[in-house]
Amino acid sequence: MTDPHVDRDVLDTLREVMEDGYQELLETFLADSESRLHELQATTSAKALSDVAHSFKGSASNMGAVRLAALCQDLESNAKDKSPETLAQLVAEIHGEFANVRSVYEDEKLHVHTH
Amino acid sequence: MQAQEPLTVLIAEDSAADRLLLSTIVRRQGHEVLTASNGAEAVDTFERQHPDLVLMDAMMPVMDGFEAARQIKALAGEALVPIIFLTSLTESEALARCLEAGGDDFLAKPYNQVILAAKIKAMDRLRRLQATVLQQRDLIAKHHDYLLNEQRVAKAVFDKVAHSGCLSAPSIRYLQSPYALFNGDLLLAAYTPAGDMHVMLGDFTGHGLPAAVGAMPLAEVFYGMTAKGYGLAETLREMNAKLKRILPVDMFCCATLLCLSFQRRSVEVWNGGMPDGYLHRMASGERVPLPARHLPLGILSAQAFDDRTDVYPMAVDDRVFLLSDGVIDTCDANDQLFGVERLQQVFAANREPDRLFEDIEQALRDFRGQARDDVSMVEVSLLESAQTQGPASAYPESGPSCPLDWSASFEFRGATLRRFNPLPFLLQLLLEVHGLRSQSGALYSVLAELYSNALEHGVLGLDSSLKRDAAGFARYYELRGARLASLQDGFVRVHLQVQPQGEGGCLVIRVEDSGKGFDVARIMERPLDTVRLSGRGISLVRQLGRNASWSDQGRSASVEFFWEIEA
Repeated sequence: MTDPHVDRDVLDTLREVMEDGYQELLETFLADSESRLHELQATTSAKALSDVAHSFKGSASNMGAVRLAALCQDLESNAKDKSPETLAQLVAEIHGEFANVRSVYEDEKLHVHTH
Repeated sequence: MQAQEPLTVLIAEDSAADRLLLSTIVRRQGHEVLTASNGAEAVDTFERQHPDLVLMDAMMPVMDGFEAARQIKALAGEALVPIIFLTSLTESEALARCLEAGGDDFLAKPYNQVILAAKIKAMDRLRRLQATVLQQRDLIAKHHDYLLNEQRVAKAVFDKVAHSGCLSAPSIRYLQSPYALFNGDLLLAAYTPAGDMHVMLGDFTGHGLPAAVGAMPLAEVFYGMTAKGYGLAETLREMNAKLKRILPVDMFCCATLLCLSFQRRSVEVWNGGMPDGYLHRMASGERVPLPARHLPLGILSAQAFDDRTDVYPMAVDDRVFLLSDGVIDTCDANDQLFGVERLQQVFAANREPDRLFEDIEQALRDFRGQARDDVSMVEVSLLESAQTQGPASAYPESGPSCPLDWSASFEFRGATLRRFNPLPFLLQLLLEVHGLRSQSGALYSVLAELYSNALEHGVLGLDSSLKRDAAGFARYYELRGARLASLQDGFVRVHLQVQPQGEGGCLVIRVEDSGKGFDVARIMERPLDTVRLSGRGISLVRQLGRNASWSDQGRSASVEFFWEIEA
């Protein structure tokens, strides 16, 4: 069954590529994401929102977080045109989606130890 | 997969997770990794550690990837440091910006390690290609400098040889590129001991050093033999034999040689493979072509070589014009040749003879739009001149053992007269007498006159009155050639007698021939006159030597030279 949040094939590839560094990658991504969410929360500037969303989208796509990447893409593309309310809504959705994927990556970290 | 040499790869990426992922992928592919988390760090790292390739995120804080790429490309200079932009940019405008900033390729997120490996490999190939091109360019530049330097040295050496002649004489005008030698063009001029002038315009096949290499021995032969009093025929034979011996078969030298004689009012011409020269008669305005009648030098064996020359009468101020094929073979944009007809149009339009070169150059420029550097032209006038002395230093001092009391007799018979010119040999012998060296010009002139009178009027029975006009002049030399070629009998005897006398000495030259003689009294009645075409030899001998006399009905001539011991 395909996971709508995280592409499992991507995770398999990452595990293979990173070997011993897989856990560090997961931790780095989670920490990085926390700070990006913080940045999204802290600004109302359309330009800053768009830039942070762009970077977040990049690493989310690398990590297989397909829905999170799509939401970031949405924010990046629309930051200049949408109302503050709509943008706040989008940021909230990104928060929510991150909460979803976070547990997947936390699981992966544990999974590494069981191997 | 073909083994790839490890590269040092700089990864500039602000997202820590992406940076970690990419570093791991690149390291696993066998490369060294340097990392930077913004553009400014990337430039700084590049300056310090000179990576081979850069993976650059476009959007970064502090300094973005575009600016960093521009700075890195500027720092890299001519070397190719490929920059692959890491991007999730999708708009074509943003991608175009990456290329404008100096990016060489893109890599889209999410990363695909197979594609990344392929791109790094492709960029490495480009990088190496560029390095090879630069290396070869530098090598070519180095070789070019080396070659130019060699040419400078060769030219300096050659100029020492070539300028030992008389190219700066007032009767000569010439136009040549300073590096004509390396186009194979060669211009030489020197006085004979009798004050005649030998001129040679040569054109070796090929270009560069190979074309210049034959010029050195040719110049040596030309100057050496001219100074010793050899005529064109002997000089040509020696040049031909020398070139034949030293040059590869596909190399040879087209050449025109001239002997301008003020005393005889004539020009002797040998043209082997050069464009027509022209004898410009100032009185009539006529331009007599001097066409090639022979193969170039260095082709024929000594047996097959033809040293026959043409002799034309020449009045004072008449000019001989020679040119290299660079003039008539100049091509315009449509590969049309300038050609002889256009040259003759320039001749026809020329109003000021002294501006002929300029007119020709202008016509070439009008024709082609740019100047060629293998255009050589020379014009020699017959000028009224004082008796010219031969080069004083042509014969090294032979010390105090100077012979002062001797005599010698020679008899040159038919077969020898056909081919051999004894004058240089006789002159060299006489110049062993130091006291005669200062008069070598007059001595040679007199010796040459007496010898040619004995040979031409005596042995060959030619009538000098034939030379009264241009047509007769040509006829005279035609007959001379024919009779000489079939000569069997007859002789010319030369008696030399050197005696000390007072503080110096005396030389008596007596020349006898086997001919019919002439009416001495009638010739001696003529006033001393050097301007007539015929019968001039006797006047010259009487002016230059002392006690000139003829006996045995003109078959025996005697003349004396005196000298004082120098303090």
